[in-house]
Amino acid sequence: MNMSVGSERVQIRVTVNGQVHQREVEARQLLVDLLRETLGLTGTHIGCDTSYCGACTVLLNGEPVKSCTLFAFQAHEADVKTVEGLSHNGDMHPLQKAFVQCHGLQCGYCTPGFLMSSYALLSKNKRPTDDQIRKALAGNTCRCTGYQNIFKAVRSAADTLAAGTQ
Amino acid sequence: MSKKETFVGESKTAGKWVGRPLPRLEDARLVQGQGVFADDYKLEGMLYLQLERSPYAHARITRVDVSKAAAAPGVVCTLTGAELPSISHPFPEIGPGAGQKVEDYALAINKVRYQGEPVAAVVAESRHAAEDAAELVEVDYDPLPVVMTPEDALQSDSLLHDEAGTNRMWHDVFEFGEVDKAFQEALHIVHIGRLHFHRFSSTPLENNVVVGQWNIKEKRIQYFSNQQFPAFAAQFLSPALGVRIDQIGMRSIDIGGGFGIKITSYPYMALCALASRKTGGRPVKWTETRTEHMLASAHGNERTFYDTRVALDANGVITAIESRHIDDCGAYPRYEPLGCIIWAQVLPGVNRLKNIRIDFSQVVTNKCPVGPNRGYSRMQHLWFLERVLDICGHALGIPGDVMRLRNYILPEQFPYTTPNGCVYDSGNYPKMLEVAKELVGWDEWKKKQKEAAAEGRMIGLGIGTTLDSGTNNFGQARIVNAYAPYSGQSKAANIKLDIYGELVLSMGSVPQGQGHETTAAQVVADVLGINPEHLNVRPGFDTEQNVYTGHTGTYASQFAVTGLSAIHGAALKLRAEMSRLAAFALKAQEEELEFGVGAQGPQVSVKNTDKAINYWRLANLVNLNNAELPQSFEDITLNCRYVYKAPFEVPDVKRKYGNLTLTYAAQLHAAVLEVNSETFQPKILAYACVDDCGRAINPLIVEGQVHGGTAHGIGGALMEDCRYDSEGNMLTSTFSDYTPITPMNMPDLRYGHVESPSPFSYNGAKGMGEGGGAPLHALSAALQDALYPRGIVVTDSHNTGDSIFQLFERARQGTEAPVVRVERPRGPR
Ligand code: FES
Ligand code: FES
Repeated sequence: MNMSVGSERVQIRVTVNGQVHQREVEARQLLVDLLRETLGLTGTHIGCDTSYCGACTVLLNGEPVKSCTLFAFQAHEADVKTVEGLSHNGDMHPLQKAFVQCHGLQCGYCTPGFLMSSYALLSKNKRPTDDQIRKALAGNTCRCTGYQNIFKAVRSAADTLAAGTQ
Repeated sequence: MSKKETFVGESKTAGKWVGRPLPRLEDARLVQGQGVFADDYKLEGMLYLQLERSPYAHARITRVDVSKAAAAPGVVCTLTGAELPSISHPFPEIGPGAGQKVEDYALAINKVRYQGEPVAAVVAESRHAAEDAAELVEVDYDPLPVVMTPEDALQSDSLLHDEAGTNRMWHDVFEFGEVDKAFQEALHIVHIGRLHFHRFSSTPLENNVVVGQWNIKEKRIQYFSNQQFPAFAAQFLSPALGVRIDQIGMRSIDIGGGFGIKITSYPYMALCALASRKTGGRPVKWTETRTEHMLASAHGNERTFYDTRVALDANGVITAIESRHIDDCGAYPRYEPLGCIIWAQVLPGVNRLKNIRIDFSQVVTNKCPVGPNRGYSRMQHLWFLERVLDICGHALGIPGDVMRLRNYILPEQFPYTTPNGCVYDSGNYPKMLEVAKELVGWDEWKKKQKEAAAEGRMIGLGIGTTLDSGTNNFGQARIVNAYAPYSGQSKAANIKLDIYGELVLSMGSVPQGQGHETTAAQVVADVLGINPEHLNVRPGFDTEQNVYTGHTGTYASQFAVTGLSAIHGAALKLRAEMSRLAAFALKAQEEELEFGVGAQGPQVSVKNTDKAINYWRLANLVNLNNAELPQSFEDITLNCRYVYKAPFEVPDVKRKYGNLTLTYAAQLHAAVLEVNSETFQPKILAYACVDDCGRAINPLIVEGQVHGGTAHGIGGALMEDCRYDSEGNMLTSTFSDYTPITPMNMPDLRYGHVESPSPFSYNGAKGMGEGGGAPLHALSAALQDALYPRGIVVTDSHNTGDSIFQLFERARQGTEAPVVRVERPRGPR
């Protein structure tokens, strides 16, 4: 793979929400732009330009990353999961349902990022403490909700998932 | 994450759906990444616009050369300030006098007036091409002396707008009651030095985005954007672009937060249209970056309060206030000088205060222009009043809670007419105080505070009582400019029963997260006896498809009153038509009919029979099968528009007197805070917020709005500050510098709700989305409580470890005149 910077183009192969995409992209293209502009997955958002807000959070091989701070080619041969990949057969993930039930969103712009960070937390830690929830979401900013109901939603989803696996 | 709820007062909640904490209908699309935000919107052949912005706060432009940029790959056209006067006009100015002379174009022409002001635009086939080419724009500047403070603005020879001849854009004196007499009779007089409300912004997470297309064949400009007050923006764009207002179409679907900051995006909208015309009508998208947003979208109003004198009686009741206020609106007035009157909606705050003299000015400075940020103009004034109350309390040895109880307007005094003619609809501030104190554990903390003080620790308790005046009367614009062509307030709604019996509602609102689709559906469901899911609510705003009036937008805490009144009115109209039709079809009397849901879905039936007609059949009678219908039904369209007009009169402009807002929601916050004695870092130990927005249509949404407003206020009080250096460089132009409040800094909130239904709205609700900045008041008060024993007076609305350390340093050096001086500490001689 040619990794020189600038407007040079590179070939990448990336799996997004289970689907394999082979694309030629500009070396400088950001992962978030690949998702939003090239693949049309506009659920992932952009809120800042300094890796602060987490609106762009996606999972890269299961780890939450800020897709505004990665080049598209850094996802070469990787597995990416975005908010569009959370529902299963048209049924919303317990986290999505909990965000709705607990009023964990207002404008909804930050929500995909919060969902992905929460998803990463719950896939590793089935019974997070309140403190662990806060820490897992430390890299996500919401300007609408004051966070209270987001914490509540993650807790409630954790309870649902835990009950389901017992 | 403990939470305690307290409900007191009579709940006017009636109806099956209204009043219920229904989860929101808009959420399903948003949690699945299916929202349509402005940057998600794409059109065939779309171009991208990139701006070149000024690095200087104040400078003459001596040369702009776009030739290299224009020749760069992928570039389709450029725009410079120099060409704007030939292809556009300056935006209208609301202010009288000097304000009318300000020339505000979409790009700077001869000089720049704030860092980040757009100077040139490059339009290209891709975002990257536009970015690369914009770097080739060459601009030479000749720096000018900057004007950064209100003092500079009034004294400096450096003028921002030479044509205006002054930096003072507006000035008048607001005087009510008998101020001099009150001072003569006062038992105590307290003098307070300079107080300062800092500049911050609620910074919606989604930046501004505009897609604009000047359709040359159709002679129309079509926008898809996240503008939150389209009717206002259109009134600015139409004269600037030289088109009729009906030639401008606007649309939005999902908006990622607004908070007032997205009201003044019209210069960028103009640029996209002008660029589109230059390219022969291709759509042009501009997507703001966060840094551009911080530098050059809009900030909240900064205000400084000088030479305050306060008259008090023996019990600490404030009998008069005299003061001089200077509001800083940044480089261009834009929505201003409306802020010069909007604070007067809450002239005495929550207090019985009768005698007031305030000398009010607004100046321009070399900073980003302001916009009506959440809590707009009232928050600044209420913070001032709350500071006055606390400072006087400390000076006279009266605790903050007691001071408040002695000054509050009493529950039995509502509806209460303020000295300037505003009518507060309802409220119960003492009850709210009681609830908040209990929630926060006030008495316990008082004890702990004493014990901690003995160990040298600094703990403070503070209260902030605030108002969220909602549903504004645009007639108040006439007080700042007697010729302003606005008054009153209105909202429109349309509901129709469509060909196959679908119920479709179009709202004249522009939601940005407030859950309008849900509350609207709750209201309609109750009117028609159906479930909220039976209604199709058109999301977002659309001038082509939806209804609107000249006041249409989502601002000024009003949807629960104006928006829902319009929707309710439209639904009642439709119900009346359906009732007539159903009576005909079922051969029954209208009084015998019942609206509800049957086996086939929504229907109208004859009570106690099995006779019913479903919506499909009703719609069919009018829309598709109407030969069955007698002529006497020809007025029935099943397409009902209703315009709600708030019951306002034009204020008395000379006396500055009249009802400026319809409802007065209140919030009362109680905070406990500790200042670390080594780092001086303030930390919140306990926090409670109590709201009273009358009848809550959806308690889930109400509580969510309170949480959100509280986060903005806490962030504003302890973290967020739009800071500039003395040369006008913005020091907080990224989120990493501005530090919006994160999950790690947000304390657990205890929430309580008190309900005083409004007598002025059909549903008893009051608008409540702005919240009134209560945390700024409560946290300044708590900090003051912690520091007063050290001889320190809190004079700023923004306090951090660093600034508190500076307060201690200044107190230690003892070089400054004391902020507070008590004349007649023991009453008149
Ligand atoms: S957009 Fe990626 S962190 Fe803000
Ligand atoms: S819901 Fe609007 S930013 Fe979080």
